[in-house]
Amino acid sequence: MLAYTLRRIVATIPVMAVVALFVFSLLYISPGDPAAVIAGDQATPADVERIRASLGLDRPYLVRFAEWAWNIMRGDLGTSIFTNLPVSTMIQQRIQPTLSLMVITLILAICIAVPMGVVAAWKQGTWIDRLVMGFAVLGFSVPVFVVGYLLAYVFALELDWLPVQGYTPFERGFWPWLQNLILPSVALGGVYIALIARITRATMLEVLQQDYIRTARAKGVAQPGILFLHALKNAAVPIVTVIGIGVALLIGGAVVTESVFAIPGLGRLTVDAILRRDYPVIQGVILLFSFTYVLVNLVIDLLYTLFDPRIRY
Amino acid sequence: MATDRRHFLAGGAGLALGGALGGAGPLGLSRPALAQAAGSRVLRFIPQSDVTVLDPIITTAYVTRHHGYLVWDTLYGFDEDFNPQPQMAEGHAVEEDGKRVTIRLRPGLKFHDGEPVRARDAIASIRRWAVRDALGQVLLARTDAMEAPDDRTIVLRLKQSFPLLFSALGKPSTPVCFIMPERIAQTDPNTAIREMIGSGPFRYVANERVPGAKVVYERFADYAPRADGTPSWTAGPKRVHLDRVEWNVIPDASTAANALANGEMDWWEQPTADLQPTLRRNRNVVMEIPDPTGLCALARFNHLHPPFNNPAIRRALLGAVVQGDFMTAVIGTDRSLWKDNIGFFPPGTPMASDAGLEALGTPRDYEKVKRDLAAAGYKGEKVVVIAASDFPSLNALAQVGNDMLTKCGMNVEFVSTDWGSVVQRRASREAPERGGWSMFFTFFAGLDVFNPGVSQALRGTGTNAWFGWPTMPKMEELRNAWLDAPDLDGQKKVAREVQAEAFQEVPYLPLGQYFQATAYRRGLSGVPKGFPMFWSVQKS
Repeated sequence: MLAYTLRRIVATIPVMAVVALFVFSLLYISPGDPAAVIAGDQATPADVERIRASLGLDRPYLVRFAEWAWNIMRGDLGTSIFTNLPVSTMIQQRIQPTLSLMVITLILAICIAVPMGVVAAWKQGTWIDRLVMGFAVLGFSVPVFVVGYLLAYVFALELDWLPVQGYTPFERGFWPWLQNLILPSVALGGVYIALIARITRATMLEVLQQDYIRTARAKGVAQPGILFLHALKNAAVPIVTVIGIGVALLIGGAVVTESVFAIPGLGRLTVDAILRRDYPVIQGVILLFSFTYVLVNLVIDLLYTLFDPRIRY
Repeated sequence: MATDRRHFLAGGAGLALGGALGGAGPLGLSRPALAQAAGSRVLRFIPQSDVTVLDPIITTAYVTRHHGYLVWDTLYGFDEDFNPQPQMAEGHAVEEDGKRVTIRLRPGLKFHDGEPVRARDAIASIRRWAVRDALGQVLLARTDAMEAPDDRTIVLRLKQSFPLLFSALGKPSTPVCFIMPERIAQTDPNTAIREMIGSGPFRYVANERVPGAKVVYERFADYAPRADGTPSWTAGPKRVHLDRVEWNVIPDASTAANALANGEMDWWEQPTADLQPTLRRNRNVVMEIPDPTGLCALARFNHLHPPFNNPAIRRALLGAVVQGDFMTAVIGTDRSLWKDNIGFFPPGTPMASDAGLEALGTPRDYEKVKRDLAAAGYKGEKVVVIAASDFPSLNALAQVGNDMLTKCGMNVEFVSTDWGSVVQRRASREAPERGGWSMFFTFFAGLDVFNPGVSQALRGTGTNAWFGWPTMPKMEELRNAWLDAPDLDGQKKVAREVQAEAFQEVPYLPLGQYFQATAYRRGLSGVPKGFPMFWSVQKS
């Protein structure tokens, strides 16, 4: 197990190297010029040229890539072209809001979706099942920003229960932190809840047909025990897999959610950096996202062993 | 004390959790909403965008200029009649037929690091600014020496008189001549400064900056406002009534509108046109037009390549422009928010005139324009229009422009992309079919085009000119004549000639003037005219 984990961690190095090469090359060939953005609309072409030279953006591809790759190997993600701040500092500033949003969304989604899926499977074919599946279809179909605007309108503007926008750091108190995250998490969680609920239902339906469930019933095990102890544990592997895959959904959804609710997280940092061609920031954030995704997959693989003793690495 | 449901809920949840956890404890169930509300001297402002670049000299971005007026001060300010007034300067003397100008600094001026403002700081700042600014370059070319005989005296020895000297030093069009400490002002003008140390009424709080999200300023306790005059644009005493100004970047317009309506924010600099009717109906929100010079929209030609290297073709297109169509697309049908039939200087400013305007006043006849284009030599060459789809106003201009060119029978290739790509592609001097371009759309603040001295888009210096690179020797002669005009009447006379010449050469198509509203909570008073400035503002 330990050897497997180490092997997987080492295997992330070539993956990250390919991602780094791909990201750098893609940005190099994509249109856009940070020097022009810095100079502003009224600057002359000569001004833009001088700024480009002072930023070193006129140097050849290989020189710039080699310098960037060397810095990455030393743990230096570079410096933002616009803010002059280290990319690592900018990521550090933004990681707490995004992590908070993702964690709250994950907790919310798992707490709602898994019981929903279990109950839908248990009550298959009834109105409860149809209601849950109807919600799942809705969750898949309605975009995050529509849900976000609706929630903000009802709960912030009309009822005045929660703030419209912004983020309060955890250090300033639990409730202020949480109240800024409730609406965004619900908005972002919709699609995630739908996904997990559907998979839970489908897997549970399959498991509930198994002989050992019939045996448990015959032994007189109560329904909640059958559902949550016997069936759910055996249905866990696909559910955990989907939760892991869903992290990618969350990263994508966080970009939109952070914009709608003005949360200063990594999603907004990425969009802003792309719009103004802040190459070091884009590269740093994409590397971080890629690494997170690889790590989540590793954790999911390791979790399999907890739920299914037959799986051994 | 009045409360509301959110605060009641917060208090309730706090009590419940606090009870469960045995008191406030490490979770700190505080209610910062109330704590922050206690500061009626804290202003929460939504700027038009993030202050991406903090150096007000290296960039011409308007949002950076607004940031600049908080942090730095200027030797001269500009009043609402477009006249320069002493600001950091106590006064000045002009001698030797205008070839020796002595400016005396006010006593007691200090930078945010506690150092006094000295004449040599001002000289270094003027030199750095002048490299980047069109009028500054004229000043540099005409200057023999800048000297600081003592800490409060600046002496400029000029080769020839420069009547616009004080206007140049005080103009609010970008870049503004902000005064910085000498050690910072010695930074290369093409490299951004890293320390935001000024002598302005507010201090930049670096450790609270979250790029893309938040910029914070605190009142500078040692700021000494002028004792005389009345506040007028950037001139007059800058008396501060706020302890702290927080700029919260909210990129989504609906969210910004909700935050203002909800009282989470106090002031939204630029509400979008589609949300303005909703905000107008909100009795807690005041909307007004702060800048009477507005924004002037334009379609810029590439003068290097066919078909727009031909002035007759550019002139022919004047017959197709319906400025009202462009303005309606940008800001809506409310006529109080835009003006059409405008020339190359914004209406309401001293240089505006009706010279040449008949070119825009004739009945619009696309068939005639087609004939005129053919007679001018248009042979169906491709017209590559580059449009920024991520800026609603620019996208609207481009869509109407595309329609106009198509109606005129031009062979249009419409390239819809983002602004970042537009600014890169417009720098290309290649032919349109080889990655270049033929036309793009943008707008300038009225103050940036309000006379021939500052208007980059009217320069005719070929490849040294602004994107589009027109070569217009007569225009340059007229500009020089305007710079040397002895008085306002003389300037106006030359400006008429400039506009008449512009309607002949057509460096760009003027597409109208529109006014950007600003919106703020009713509790604010003293919101200044012009652009967002935070002295004089009071919050009840």
